[in-house]
Amino acid sequence: MMSSNTASSSAAVAGSADSAAPRRNSKKPKYSRFTQQELPACKPILTPRWVISAFLLVSVVFIPIGVASLFASRDVVEIVDRYDNDCIPDNTTDKVNYIQTPGDKSCNRSITVPKRMKQPIYVYYQLDNFYQNHRRYVKSRSDAQLRDNSSASDTSSCKPEDTYNGKIIVPCGLIAWSLFNDTYSFSRNSSQLNVNKKDISWKSDREHKFGSDVYPSNFQSNDTVIGGASLNSSIPLSQQEDLIVWMRTAALPTFRKLYGRIEVDLEPNDVISVTLQNNYNTYSFNGKKKLVLSTTSWLGGKNDFLGIAYLTVGGLCFFLALVFTLVYLVKPRRLGDPSYLSWNRNPGGH
Amino acid sequence: MTRGRIRSKIRRSNLYTFSCLRPQTTDTEGPNAVQGSRVVHCNQPQLHLKKPLKYCSNFISTTKYNVVTFLPKAIFEQFRRVANLYFLLAAVLSLTPISPFTPVSMIAPLAFVVGLSMAKEALEDSRRFVQDMKVNLRKVSVHKGDGVFGYRPWHKIRVGDVLKVEKDQFFPADLLLLSSSYEDGICYVETMNLDGETNLKVKRCLETTLSLNDDESFKDFLGKIRCEDPNPSLYTFVGNLEYDRQVFPLDPTQILLRDSKLRNTAFVYGVVVFTGHDSKVMQNATKSPSKRSTIEKKMDYIIYILFTLLVLISLISSLGFAVKTKYQVPDWWYLQPKKPDGVFDPTNPSLSGFYHLITALILYGYLIPISLYVSIEVVKVLQATFINQDRHMYDEESGNTAQARTSNLNEELGQVDTILSDKTGTLTCNQMDFLKCSIAGTAYGVHSSEVEVAAVQQMAIQEEDVDLSNFPKRRGGRHVSRDNVERASEIELETVITSSNENDLKPTIKGFSFEDRRLMNGNWSKEPNADVHLLFFRILAICHTAIPEYNEATGSFTYEAESPDEGAFLVAAREFGFEFFRRTQSSVFVRERYTNSGEPVEKEYKILNLLDFTSKRKRMSVIVQDQEGQILLLCKGADSIIFDRLSKNGKVYEETTTKHLNEYGEAGLRTLALAYRKLEESQYATWNNEFQKAKTSIGGDREAMLERISDMMERELILVGATAVEDKLQKGVPQCIDKLAQAGLKIWVLTGDKMETAINIGFACSLLRQGMKQICITTTNSDALVKDGKEGAKENILNQITNATQMIKLEKDPHAAFALIIDGKTLGYVLDDNMKHQFLGLAVDCASVICCRVSPKQKAEVTRLVKEGTGKTTLAIGDGANDVGMIQEADIGVGISGVEGMQAVMASDFSIAQFRFLERLLVVHGHWCYKRIAQMVCYFFYKNIAFGLTLFYFEAFAAFSGQSIYDDWYMLLFNVILTSLPVISLGVFEQDVSSEVCLQFPALYQQGPKNLFFDWYRILGWMGNGLYSSLVIFFLNIVIFYDQAFRVGGETADMEAVGTTMFTCIIWAVNCQIALTMSHFTWIQHLLVWGSIVTWYLFLFLYGMMSPLISGNAYQILVEVLGPAPIYWAATLLVTITCNLPYLAHISFQRCFNPMDHHIIQEIKYYKKDIEDRHMWTRERSKARQETKIGFTARVEAKIRQLRGRLQKKHSSNLSAS
Repeated sequence: MMSSNTASSSAAVAGSADSAAPRRNSKKPKYSRFTQQELPACKPILTPRWVISAFLLVSVVFIPIGVASLFASRDVVEIVDRYDNDCIPDNTTDKVNYIQTPGDKSCNRSITVPKRMKQPIYVYYQLDNFYQNHRRYVKSRSDAQLRDNSSASDTSSCKPEDTYNGKIIVPCGLIAWSLFNDTYSFSRNSSQLNVNKKDISWKSDREHKFGSDVYPSNFQSNDTVIGGASLNSSIPLSQQEDLIVWMRTAALPTFRKLYGRIEVDLEPNDVISVTLQNNYNTYSFNGKKKLVLSTTSWLGGKNDFLGIAYLTVGGLCFFLALVFTLVYLVKPRRLGDPSYLSWNRNPGGH
Repeated sequence: MTRGRIRSKIRRSNLYTFSCLRPQTTDTEGPNAVQGSRVVHCNQPQLHLKKPLKYCSNFISTTKYNVVTFLPKAIFEQFRRVANLYFLLAAVLSLTPISPFTPVSMIAPLAFVVGLSMAKEALEDSRRFVQDMKVNLRKVSVHKGDGVFGYRPWHKIRVGDVLKVEKDQFFPADLLLLSSSYEDGICYVETMNLDGETNLKVKRCLETTLSLNDDESFKDFLGKIRCEDPNPSLYTFVGNLEYDRQVFPLDPTQILLRDSKLRNTAFVYGVVVFTGHDSKVMQNATKSPSKRSTIEKKMDYIIYILFTLLVLISLISSLGFAVKTKYQVPDWWYLQPKKPDGVFDPTNPSLSGFYHLITALILYGYLIPISLYVSIEVVKVLQATFINQDRHMYDEESGNTAQARTSNLNEELGQVDTILSDKTGTLTCNQMDFLKCSIAGTAYGVHSSEVEVAAVQQMAIQEEDVDLSNFPKRRGGRHVSRDNVERASEIELETVITSSNENDLKPTIKGFSFEDRRLMNGNWSKEPNADVHLLFFRILAICHTAIPEYNEATGSFTYEAESPDEGAFLVAAREFGFEFFRRTQSSVFVRERYTNSGEPVEKEYKILNLLDFTSKRKRMSVIVQDQEGQILLLCKGADSIIFDRLSKNGKVYEETTTKHLNEYGEAGLRTLALAYRKLEESQYATWNNEFQKAKTSIGGDREAMLERISDMMERELILVGATAVEDKLQKGVPQCIDKLAQAGLKIWVLTGDKMETAINIGFACSLLRQGMKQICITTTNSDALVKDGKEGAKENILNQITNATQMIKLEKDPHAAFALIIDGKTLGYVLDDNMKHQFLGLAVDCASVICCRVSPKQKAEVTRLVKEGTGKTTLAIGDGANDVGMIQEADIGVGISGVEGMQAVMASDFSIAQFRFLERLLVVHGHWCYKRIAQMVCYFFYKNIAFGLTLFYFEAFAAFSGQSIYDDWYMLLFNVILTSLPVISLGVFEQDVSSEVCLQFPALYQQGPKNLFFDWYRILGWMGNGLYSSLVIFFLNIVIFYDQAFRVGGETADMEAVGTTMFTCIIWAVNCQIALTMSHFTWIQHLLVWGSIVTWYLFLFLYGMMSPLISGNAYQILVEVLGPAPIYWAATLLVTITCNLPYLAHISFQRCFNPMDHHIIQEIKYYKKDIEDRHMWTRERSKARQETKIGFTARVEAKIRQLRGRLQKKHSSNLSAS
C-alpha cells in the first residue's frame, strides 16, 4: 500500500502518474466570514471632525446639566445646627460620664429659617467620625433574624452582641445595638410642628427585610455596656422605622440619616425651637452631632459639586474642542496623507 | 517482487569504490571492545521478558500526562504560576474569618479559571496521545517462530525479534541488518528523518549472516549481540555479534535506525537491538521545552509590579489599621472594643495589624487580574482556530491546513526577527528538473527557471511603479531619464524568454522540463559538433549508479537513483533518445533511438570501473568499454573540479561553457560539468593494475590510496558541456522570502546539504545574487588541519572572521551586500569556543547567512546562538526529524507538514503545509495576534488597577477595617463576566488593518519586532490611566454622595447605594475605554461591549429580585433606590466621560501629530483614497518595505542600479566622444 503512494515521491521516478491530485478535500476549511475573519465591521477612526464634534457634544450636553444641577442645588434650603457641645451643661468636665449617666438630658435650641422652605422639610441627624463602615460593625447583623421570626436564633454573625445571659437578642448585632437615640421635637411660635416619622425608610425594607412578626426581645437589657436606643417590644420590627433607617449602614464616617418630615411650609425668619433629648454618646470618640432641616430638589439635597463638576468637564471639553480646532487650522494634516507614513518621514532610517 | 529478485542478482556493492567499503580487515582485528552491557538474544525475544535483560518496550509516548498523573501534574502546573498560587492561598484563607469576602466569591473564579486551563491541557495532550497511538499501531512483519512471519503492531515488538521490513517502510526500532533482497546484503536507507540528508545511504550486513535471506532460514537462527547501551549518537555503534561460535564486530553500517526508511530494496531482515525510547532517534529527542512568548514573560514583570503594589498598599492598610485600633478604636464604644475576637483586638494592635495584612492582601487581590491567564488562553485558542481555519493557508495538494499546535505563541509570531530555515523539503521539494544544458559551447533550453519567471513578474510590477512614480527621485539625487530606465528594464526582460504557456500543451514529465527544438526528436544530429552532442548524451546515460525499473503502466523506464539529480539526468537522456534500460553486473545497456539507420539500436557498455561520488571528490567517473572496444572515461562533476582537470585540447568550449554556467547559476540552477577522456588499452591496463592493487590492500590509508589513484586517471579531460538542473523550489518560496525580507526579517538557511547545493538554492531563493560578496568560512585544506591540529584550524577560522568583519566595516557602498557561507565542520569550531560572538557579529552584518553540512545538533546550537546572542525572537522552520532540535530550540518552531515523517510537525509549535504560508502566518496572523494580545494585556492591567485601587481608597474612609464598598457578588462577576468578554473580543477580533493591507504593506510588520505596542512606556501609560480612572471613579462618587439626600424623597445614600453607583461607573468606564481602544467593530464586539453594560443592569435587576437573604442591602436596589434617582444616572455619565476624556484627548492628539503607519492606512482606506488614487496606493505599497538586501526585489534593484551605472557610463563616454 505504502509503496504505491510514495512511489511518486521516490527519488527519480519519471513519468509516473502524479498521485498528488487534490484528495481529501473535506479537510479544506469551510468558508465562513467568521472563521476567515472577514465579518463586516465598522471601522470608525478619529478624524478631526469626529474628535471636535465629540468634545463639543460633551460640552453641549454637560453644561446644561451642570447649570440645571446648580440651580437645583441652589433651590435647596438647608439648616444645619450642631448641638453636641452646646447641649452639655457648661460646668460638665467629663462629657462621657455625663452622657452615660441616666437622667433628663433635654436641651432647647432655636433655629431661624433663612428662606422660605416648602414642605416636605426633611429632618436629619448627622453624625461625624462615626465609622458605620467598619468591617466589624457592618458584619454584625443577621438579616435572617430580622426578617423572619423562625430564624430568631440565627445570630452567629452578630458577635459580640448576639446573646445576653444565654438568651437571644432580637435584633442582634452591633448595628442595632448602637441605634441612635436622640429625639427632636419642633415648635414654631409655640405651636407644635408635627414630625412625620412614617415612610422614612425604604418600602422594600419594611415589607421584605424586616419581618412584621419579629418583635424585639432581650434588646438593650445589658446594663453594664451602654448601647443606644431601646425598642418597644410590642411593635414589630417592620414598623420600627428608625431602626430600619439605622440598619442601612453609611458609606462614610460622616453621614446623615432621615429622622422625619415636617409637612408644613416654613416662612423666612420663622424661629423654630427644638427640644431635643441629647442621649447618644458621641463624646467618647469626639463625634459631632448635628440636626439638619432641608428641603430637596429633583436631584436631592444641597450639593453644588455635581453641577460644578459638570460645568468643569463641559468647559474642559469645550476648551479641548477649541484647541483642536485651532490646531487643525494652524497645522492641518490631510487625512490619509501618505507623506506621514514612517517610510516617507525618515527615508532609509530603519 | 519477482522484479526485485531479478534485480537483486546484481551485486551492487561491486559498483562502489568509496562508499560502503567492506571492512576487509576485520579478520585480523578481532572483536570490538564493547563498553556497554547490553545483551541481545537474537530471535529469542522471550528471554527479554525478565530482568536484567528486560528492556523497555517499543511503545512510545510523547504525552505529558496519563490518566493517573493528569490531575496532580496538571494542577501542579497550574499553581506554578505565581498569580494562581496567590489566588489559591486567598481561597484557602477565605474559609477563615480573616477574609474580607465570602469563600464562594474567592473559590468560584479560581475553580473556573484553573478548570478551564486544565481542560485545555487535557485536550492538547489527548491529541498527542492519538498521534502516538497512530505510530504505535503501525504494523510490521515479525518472525513468530518456525520460519513464519506475521504482522504485529509496532508497540508489541521486543528486543531480539527478527523483523522483515519491506520497501518504503519505516524501521520500527533500531535493527541489526542481517540480510536483504540483494544478494550481497546491502540495502538503501533514507535517513531524511534523522539528519535531513536526501542522499540514500548504503547499509550492508555481515558476510556471515548473508545466508539468512528467506523466511525459512530463521527457524533456527540464534545469535547474541553484545553492544553499547542506549545513547543518542546517530553515527556510532559499537558491538559484537556472537554467531556460529564466532565473534564478529559490528559497526554503524549494519545498524538500521528507527524512523529511517527502506528505499530501493525489496525487503530486509533485521534483528531488533534497541526499542522504543532506547532507540537512537528517541534518545535524540529532547523533552519539548515549554515556550513562553516575550509578551508573556514581560507580563510576569508587570504582575510582579502589581504584587509589589499590592503588598505596599496592604502594608499601608494594615499599618493604618493597627494605628487606628491602638489609638482610636478603644473609644469607639459602638464596636464594643472590650469584647475582642480573634482578628480584632484593640489591646493587641500589632497582632490585629498582622491579621489585617492578610485580609488586605486578599482584599486588594483585585489588582491582580485572576482572569488574565484564562482570558489570554481562551483568546489564544480562538486565535489558533482562526489560524487553523484560514483557507489561505490550506494546501490543496496535500490537503493540510495550517495548525497552531501550541497556542501560547501566537503573538510571538508578530515579533520574529530572524528566520532559520531548513532547505530540503522546506525551501525545495527535493525534486530535480532537467532544464538547460550547454553542449559544445552552445546553450540549449528555452524554459526559464522559476527564478527567472519570478524576476520577470517582479519587474513587471516595478515597471508599473516606474511609470507611475517619480522614479529617479527615489534614490536621491541621481537623475536618469525615464527612457533610460525603461530601456534598462527591457534589457533585463530580453534575457528571459518566458514560455509558460507551452507548459500546458505537453504533459509534463517528472524531472524533465527541457524544451528546445534543436535537441529534441533527434534534431541534435543536425547541429554542428554532433559528435560532441552524442558524447554528452552518452555521459548522461552511462555515468551513474542508478537501476532501471520497467513501468508497465507507462511503458517506459523509471530509475532508482541515489540522488534526484541523477534521476533527472537519466530521464533527460531517455527523452533525448538514449534510454538506459538495463544494468548487469558489468554492463550498462542503452537503447539509442536516433541513429543513422533510423532504427533503435541497443548498445552495451562494459563498466570497467566506477569511481563514485563523494562530497570530497565532488565528481564521479565511469570507465567503460563500448562495443568497438574503445575505452572511455566519462566524468561529471562540479565545474571547478572538472575545469581543473581539463587537458590542453579539452578547453575548446571552456570559455563559453563558463559563461553559461554563470548564467545558470544566476538563474538558480544546479550545474554539473561533463567531460570525457579517451584511453588507450595499455594505458588503462597499467592504471587498473595499480587500482586493483590498492583496492585489495590492507591498512588505514587504503582509501587515500584509492583516491590518489583515481585522481591520476581523472585528468586530461575533454570538456563536453554542462547541465543545469533545477532543484525545484516549493511553490511561492522566492516570493515569500521576498516579502519576508521586505517585512524586515532576516533569513538564515541551515542545511545538511553540500555547500554547492546550498549556494545554488541561495541563488534560487534570491538569498544570494550576483554581485553580492560571498564570505565563505571554511577549514580550507585538510592537510594543514592535520598538521596544526585543532588550534591551527581555530586560528585560521578566527582570522577569516576578523578579516571579513574588517571588510564589511570598510565597505562604503551602502548597497553592498554580503553573504556568509559556512560549513558544518567550521561551525563546529566556531560554536564551541569563544569565537561564537565574533561569528555572530559577522553574521548579523551579513544580508544572508547559509550554513551547510550542519548536523541536527549544530542547527540547534546555531539557533541558540542567534536567540541568546541577539536577544531577538527567532523562528525555526523545517520538515524533517533533523530539524527537531532547532525547532525546539527556537522561540517559535514551525514544521512543514509535507510528505516526510511527522517528527518535525510533532515537535513544532505551528505546522504549515508549505513554506510560502509562512508569510501569511507571520505578516497577517502574527501581526494581528501581537497587537491583540498586547492591547489586551495592557487593558487588563488598566481595568484591574482602576477597580482594585478604589477598594484601597475606600479603606482610608473605613478605618482600614477591610470592608469593601462593593457587594461580594459584584466583585465576583467583575473579572469573570462583566469585563472579560469585551476584552476577549478585543483579543480575538481586533484588526488594525485588513489582511490584504498587512500583506501589501510588509513594513507594518516591524511594529511587532520593534515592540511598539508593549513597551514600558505604553504599559506604564495604561497603568497611569488605571490610576487616574480609579481616582475619578472613587472621589467623584464620594463627593456626590457625601452626606446629603440623593433623591427627591430625602433619603440618604447608604454604603450599598454608593457602592453600586461606583460599580456602575466602573463598568461603564472600562467598557467605554475598550470601545475607544478598538478600531474594528463587528457585531460581536458591539454585542459583547455594550452587552456587558446591559448585563450589569440586568444582573443588578435580577439580583435585586432575589430574596434579601441573598442580596442583602442590594435588595431591589436598582428598581427602588437607584433607578428613580437622577443623580445616579448623572453621576454615571459624569464619571464615565471624565474617565475616558484624557485617553480620548491623548489618542486624538497622537493621531493628529504623530500618526502611526496603520493610522494613515486606516484613513486612506476610510476615505477610499486607495481607489481614487491608485498611483499613490501602488507607490506606497512598493515603498512600504524594509530596506533589504535579499529577495527578488533587492535583486532587481541591484540589477537596475548596475544597468543604470552602465548606461550612465555609456552616456558620458558618448558625450566625451562627441
